[in-house]
Amino acid sequence: MWVYEKKLLYPVEVTTCNPMLAKYLMEQYGGADGELAAALRYMNQRYTVPDKVIGVLTDISTEEFSHLEMLATMIYKLTKDATPEQLEKAGLGAHFVNHGHSLFYENAGGVPFTATYIQSKGDPIADLYEDIAAEEKARATYQWLIDISDDPGVSDALRFLRERENIHSLRFRESVEILKEERDRKKIF
Amino acid sequence: MNQSQFRGTFRPYVSPRDPCPPILEKTFVLPPQLFTNFQKPGLPQNSPEEALKQGSLWPQFVDGFYREEGIS
Ligand SMILES: [Fe+2]
Repeated sequence: MWVYEKKLLYPVEVTTCNPMLAKYLMEQYGGADGELAAALRYMNQRYTVPDKVIGVLTDISTEEFSHLEMLATMIYKLTKDATPEQLEKAGLGAHFVNHGHSLFYENAGGVPFTATYIQSKGDPIADLYEDIAAEEKARATYQWLIDISDDPGVSDALRFLRERENIHSLRFRESVEILKEERDRKKIF
Repeated sequence: MNQSQFRGTFRPYVSPRDPCPPILEKTFVLPPQLFTNFQKPGLPQNSPEEALKQGSLWPQFVDGFYREEGIS
């Protein structure tokens, strides 16, 4: 069960009218290494991992949804008042024709989200290593978004999100260490 | 070959209302490479024949996997 708080994890300030930046942010919204992929990946893997790391996956998955909400807010603010002409100029003409001013889970190139972005292997080490890789890829995506963003408010939120990926990666690395401690337990007892 | 040093176990939550007979203890693989961040030089080596059979020149990195373990 979840409890919803009607506020963002971190305040999102958008200072420029820049639908092009919205298009780029969609990489982290509905892209392969984005927040939706992360949230869904962990929320699903958590059922079959050893009990000691279930909580890590639940907590991080929940946080990824709050990151998704921040990105949605940024994308919405950057596009809600744009004219079809402005959207077209920003490379969002096809998006507008299909979705109007609404958001959709797709990457910066307009490719819709697919479950093939994520995996659940049923092998705890394989799953956790995928999760670590996913966090590092998200961190890198945020770096390139920060490099391309000319909006100080958006860049500030992106820097916050990037740091969170570092911590998530560390938590998954710690989870691997916790499982390594289960090595050969039968022999010790 | 002693696989047990490359396996871990955990006891998942079991409900009195589980529809199928619950498996009380589950085993998972902790492959040897997890415990070697950087391979040291001069490790004991298999004979060429044994290396071909085992898939590794170094017995230390072989943990095998057998259906009889019942992991899945
Ligand atoms: Fe993350």
